[in-house]
Amino acid sequence: MATSYEVNRQKEKTPMPELDPVERARTFEEVALGYAAEDAVNEARRCIQCPKSPCVHGCPVGVPIPQFVAQVAEGDFGAAYALVKEANALPAICGRVCPQESQCEGVCTRGKNGEPVGIGRLERFVADWAFEHPEEAAKAAAALAERRAEEAAAVGETPAEAVAADEPDEIVVPDVDLSGKRVAVVGSGPASLTCAGELAKRGCDVTVFEALHKVGGVLTYGIPEFRLPKDLVAREVEALGESGVSFETNALVGKLYDIDELMDERGFDAVFVGTGAGIPSYLGIEGEGLNGVMAASELLTRVNLMKAYLFPEYDTPVYAGKHCVVVGGGNVAMDAARTAKRLGADVTVVYRRGREEMPARAEEVHHAEQEGIEFQLLTNPVRILGDDKGWTCGVECVRMELGEPDASGRRRPVAVEGSEFVVDIDMLVVAAGSKTNPLIAKTTPGLETTSRNLIVADERTCATSKPGVFAGGDAVIGAATVILAMGAGKRAAAGIAEYLVPKA
Amino acid sequence: MYPIERVEPLNAEVTRMVVRAPEIARKIKPGQFIMLRIDEVGERIPLTMNDCDPEAGTVTIVFQAVGATTMRLAKMKEGDALLDFAGPLGNPTELEGAKRACVIGGGLGTAIAYPQAKWLYEHGAEVDVITGFRNVDLVLLEDEINACSTRQIIMTDDGSNGNKGLVTQALQQRIDEGADYDLVLAVGPVIMMKFVAATTKPYGIKTLVSMNPLMIDGTGMCGGCRVKVGDEYLHACVDGPDFDGHLVDFDDAMRRGVMYRSFESAARDAAEGRDCNGGAAVAAADGERKGA
Repeated sequence: MATSYEVNRQKEKTPMPELDPVERARTFEEVALGYAAEDAVNEARRCIQCPKSPCVHGCPVGVPIPQFVAQVAEGDFGAAYALVKEANALPAICGRVCPQESQCEGVCTRGKNGEPVGIGRLERFVADWAFEHPEEAAKAAAALAERRAEEAAAVGETPAEAVAADEPDEIVVPDVDLSGKRVAVVGSGPASLTCAGELAKRGCDVTVFEALHKVGGVLTYGIPEFRLPKDLVAREVEALGESGVSFETNALVGKLYDIDELMDERGFDAVFVGTGAGIPSYLGIEGEGLNGVMAASELLTRVNLMKAYLFPEYDTPVYAGKHCVVVGGGNVAMDAARTAKRLGADVTVVYRRGREEMPARAEEVHHAEQEGIEFQLLTNPVRILGDDKGWTCGVECVRMELGEPDASGRRRPVAVEGSEFVVDIDMLVVAAGSKTNPLIAKTTPGLETTSRNLIVADERTCATSKPGVFAGGDAVIGAATVILAMGAGKRAAAGIAEYLVPKA
Repeated sequence: MYPIERVEPLNAEVTRMVVRAPEIARKIKPGQFIMLRIDEVGERIPLTMNDCDPEAGTVTIVFQAVGATTMRLAKMKEGDALLDFAGPLGNPTELEGAKRACVIGGGLGTAIAYPQAKWLYEHGAEVDVITGFRNVDLVLLEDEINACSTRQIIMTDDGSNGNKGLVTQALQQRIDEGADYDLVLAVGPVIMMKFVAATTKPYGIKTLVSMNPLMIDGTGMCGGCRVKVGDEYLHACVDGPDFDGHLVDFDDAMRRGVMYRSFESAARDAAEGRDCNGGAAVAAADGERKGA
């Protein structure tokens, strides 16, 4: 592939403006402000259009990265958006929350000598541009659809097969006509939304069932406003609605309906289960029931879903102490720490391993540090202390050192004897991971699950042990990332399409 | 939206509300609850089902106007609608097999215990219902309970109905008289459930209590409703709300129940400042605890 533009040789990414760290630590406004058009063009021109395009293979949903980046470089943002949207139902979200450093950008050729191309930032730019220019975006999408049809006619095969022949590694949802078919999607997180979008595109009648009052799963209740504005999630969901997906909120499958009822009584031809891994894990140490101690998911649900940071304008309150310890080293811990900070607490993150082992994205750790959050690494809480009224007043911690690698290859932290010390706190947030809700497994006869309640599903098709039932995302693999869930949603859509319209 | 079909004050503090929710009405069982949200700025509060009519497609809730949300709810009228009404949530009460049961309701808990008493009675059990109120003016559902119990004993704190005392005294008396209960079910303030469990423990009578902790989502994903049962914390919204009364740590539950108390008065103050407002994370049941 040759470039039609002059490559920008600058080694670093074009900087993206951000809110001032001191200012932003007091508000829930989005931290990263996004590129202006000239920044986007400048950054897009850093792409050398390398022939092997490793970036595309680094993307779990196979966005045609060099192609869309070339359009940005040329200033045709509508065409760029149409290309992204064809492969990715939620680009404004992915551009913001994907761990690009371990996906597309992690394998970018430019990253071998300098910084990789800011693919996430560009994806975000084109999606935000499309929201601001809906008519031009729609026109570009229509033009792309027309071109696809012409291409198909020219080679005498369906467009999907044409793509499949080109890129055998990518997930390809067959371009079959699913009109007249009905699919129920359980849960409305990223796996489900992706699956629903892909099926609806092919004419399928899709209904998404969500237990909460708002759609989006972790995008809505988990990831904070300052990383992912909720208006934007709502707009992406609305766009899906316009493409023919309908939503039933306040509908907890397993209680209001079970899966057999959806298929037998409500007449769905297939079901996709994308119920995530939403049950919080605890530390299992003394004092976890004290007042002022909560799971990260409670803090985040109150703040993100219920807008407790706007109490009493909104009715849901949220407790925030003055001295808060957040336990954990993942993205949820960073989100909780930065949320507690914005509620007015001094925050320390306590993590039992070292910085290298933190599962959180480097950018999030960096943002947290900029906002004044302290880190106590190689430190493990052993006991939460309470006052005579039952509120937490301290946490006893122990220093850790890294021992031999365990089965997963990570060096196991071992407590240093006699190194105990107490941190004074009035709030403690546990971000120690999450487990799968067993409800679907318990209420669906014939659905095979693991001992951890994970649903067993085929890696390629997402088919479960129960005919017509497919599953993907955290419900299958345990707590992971938004983009992996979306990849699974796309594979499931392919699996469901094959199931509903078997090849002759 | 979930239309309100009927609103009926049961006494000065307690309101009964019939809500159109056909799918839930078809499924909900005694002991299960719903989460409701009045409007876009509202909080989610849990309310246990008081009655349902699958044919009419309605679910009946009963609540006490104690917090900003329940005060606001009490002002809603027939023809208004609730924005969100989700259920059935939690597990149904395990009533199967009980032959001689005692159902105990404290204050508003009476309305929550009513469907269990009715189910037991309709399934051939002998059912004593003991209810307790501050005074005779607050007595709830006397006629309804008469229709589905072998015996109804109403206690008042001040003796204004001529029967002064606590529900636990009535329970002890019935046990002393030889009532050979195989199930005691208690619904009400935590302190009341604690003493009911303490009363039955020496006799080894199976005792279920319906816990009413603070809840946010009600589907198991936040842990706000943790209840200490035995050595572990369980989520009342998915593992309960009923638990073995001889295993629940009631003191822990009472302590956790006050965590948001300071917010509740702020919410009530704010509620007076605007017409359309709500309260802190407090269910009607939590207000019951205040009366305890």
